[in-house]
Amino acid sequence: MSLVSVRNLTRIFDVSKPWLNRVIERRPRALLTAVSDVSFEIEERTVYALVGESGSGKSTIGKMLVGLLAPSDGVVDIRGVDLSRETDAEKVDAVRADIQMIFQDPFASLNPRWRVRDIIVEPVAARGGETAGLAERLLEQVGLSARDAGKFPHEFSGGQRQRICIARALASEPKLIVCDEPTSALDVSVQAQVLNLMSDLKDEFGLTYLFISHDLTVVQHMADRIGVLYLGRLVEEAAPSELFENPKHPYTQMLLAAAPKLDGFGREVAPPTGEIPDPINPPPGCAYNPRCPLAQAVCREERPVLRNVGGARVACHMVD
Amino acid sequence: MSAPTLSIRDLTVDIPTRHGVLRPVSGVSYDIAPGEILGVVGESGAGKSMAGNAVIGLLSPPAHISAGEIHLNGTRIDPLKGEAMRRLRGKEIGMVFQDPLTSLNPLLKIGDQLSETMLAHLDISQSEARTRAIAALDEVGIPGAAQRVDSYPHEFSGGMRQRVVIALALCAEPSLIIADEPTTALDVSVQAQIIALLKRLCRERGTAVMLITHDMGVIAEACDRVAVMYAGKLVELGPVRDVLSAPLHPYTDGLMGSTPLASRGKDRLHQIPGAMPRLDSLPTGCAFHPRCPRASDQCRVDPGPAIEDGAGRAACFFPINREAVA
Ligand SMILES: Nc1ncnc2c1ncn2[C@@H]1O[C@H](COP(=O)(O)OP(=O)(O)O)[C@@H](O)[C@H]1O
Ligand SMILES: Nc1ncnc2c1ncn2[C@@H]1O[C@H](COP(=O)(O)OP(=O)(O)O)[C@@H](O)[C@H]1O
Ligand code: SF4
Ligand SMILES: [Mg+2]
Ligand SMILES: [Mg+2]
Repeated sequence: MSLVSVRNLTRIFDVSKPWLNRVIERRPRALLTAVSDVSFEIEERTVYALVGESGSGKSTIGKMLVGLLAPSDGVVDIRGVDLSRETDAEKVDAVRADIQMIFQDPFASLNPRWRVRDIIVEPVAARGGETAGLAERLLEQVGLSARDAGKFPHEFSGGQRQRICIARALASEPKLIVCDEPTSALDVSVQAQVLNLMSDLKDEFGLTYLFISHDLTVVQHMADRIGVLYLGRLVEEAAPSELFENPKHPYTQMLLAAAPKLDGFGREVAPPTGEIPDPINPPPGCAYNPRCPLAQAVCREERPVLRNVGGARVACHMVD
Repeated sequence: MSAPTLSIRDLTVDIPTRHGVLRPVSGVSYDIAPGEILGVVGESGAGKSMAGNAVIGLLSPPAHISAGEIHLNGTRIDPLKGEAMRRLRGKEIGMVFQDPLTSLNPLLKIGDQLSETMLAHLDISQSEARTRAIAALDEVGIPGAAQRVDSYPHEFSGGMRQRVVIALALCAEPSLIIADEPTTALDVSVQAQIIALLKRLCRERGTAVMLITHDMGVIAEACDRVAVMYAGKLVELGPVRDVLSAPLHPYTDGLMGSTPLASRGKDRLHQIPGAMPRLDSLPTGCAFHPRCPRASDQCRVDPGPAIEDGAGRAACFFPINREAVA
């Protein structure tokens, strides 16, 4: 059974101007659909990656999974518990305790006035758990030293701070960690260290990751399954080898072609055309239709549903 | 080979502080030929931006050039100050930064910014400037340039703003463009558009380009040659294909290896231990030695060979012997 099941997940933000401005300027309410009808499953002990350009809804999905944001519609089901509808508080708490999150910015997510020890054990202490020696043990597990427990965050480099964030996430022995661009702020040599650490910890503790990134190369390296988002919609989902060798959705194809290649010496490809549309007024039908080389009349009228195509799932009228 | 557009010799930048002098750029030398794109790559803190800012006279005090020379089209420019430097910057050197808003005045229509720059540096009339501004916007791919010329910077998306900045950087027909992480804040599809644009315009006009980035993929696709920096020093310099596909310096090799692309299909990424040292605690000898798998006693005490442009490729006592490896 899958650990996480996300069904028809939707999140709409009200981005209207204040009421009085709307009346004076005669503007309608503005609703921004950040995530639209997204469904996917995450198997236990696997890495599911969400990839997409900025504003595609990755962080919003991550936040709904950990309960930082409520869905406007749809279901987040973890270990059989529907988090937004379950009324048994104990059940919800138990599931919540199994989920942790790591963010992109290890500077912003650590309280500068707390010692590393207190930062790491905080999630456990908050539940009244046993914390003696916990921080020291976890620090060694993430490649720092037990002595670091007494220091403050500013004494560490970016990569070391991300290790501290990982130690804190591990403290409550979670099953699922939502990692939102965990290495995007790090240099590539430090990124390699942190990604290796995350792989090791996953094996050691039997963790499951929802791994969010805009970096295709990182996602390709880390993921067992990849979902590609465009304007809040899941447009393609496949295993990494399938996705990179045989991308099916025109947007995925464009994204892969645009990504710079390490051996792409002097490569001249026609760059992609157009820009990501305004999420408040998305194009009708397939959101990619204004930029898509394959688009036909149906693409401007009907939203394509995500269908099985071989081992992948693809939302495109023209793929079969 | 034609005379270089830019020639940097032994460039050294110092920052005096209460605790001693920091040296973010140390003895760096390279040339950029007309029409050539030189990539400057390295992890954050390597001194890439400091070196670029030194060329355009934009070091913020107390940082200053303490040694070396910078020549632009045969004229020595590093001693220039104040107004002379400002004129040179507008006319001969165009700049593109990571955040397009640092180069744009939020209160001026973009057409007026373009016209102003051209009128200051080119001998043309007001109406000619406006015509050229529209042509410049059209050339960088702003749809509906004739209307958009009267828009303000905030009315454009991030990618479109960076196009405007490129138009602005090129409108006075400079011989050198310094682009410092021009696509780092952009999505990959927009990055591909901006890099293609920069490449095309500079090739067409024979503009020399210093392209500063931490992204090896961008270097591979856009540059003719690449300069790899580590802790303020140039550690490897050569044609992009040679340096990236067969690095000689252990740092370049480690950097290439730790990118996920290079480790495709492997469970673990290649790792360089540790991190770039801070300027106030630079290691003795070769600054890379604490992280280097090839380091010897000599590396720990001797700063090592420097690269002379055109001579050796890697500043290393024990460069990777590619013949032995192959
Ligand atoms: N709190 C919010 N209020 C209004 N709009 C939001 C909010 N959070 C996100 N958005 C919008 O939702 C869309 C998706 O954002 P996000 O999930 O952060 O994307 P990603 O993480 O893929 O960059 C964007 O258009 C963003 O501007
Ligand atoms: N005002 C300053 N005082 C002290 N150190 C500085 C100052 N500005 C930059 N540095 C240091 O100079 C070094 C080089 O910085 P920079 O050129 O910005 O690196 P890069 O562009 O390669 O990331 C870094 O170690 C940085 O910390
Ligand atoms: S549904 Fe139509 S517009 Fe959308 S990606 Fe497929 S072909 Fe292109
Ligand atoms: Mg995000
Ligand atoms: Mg920089």
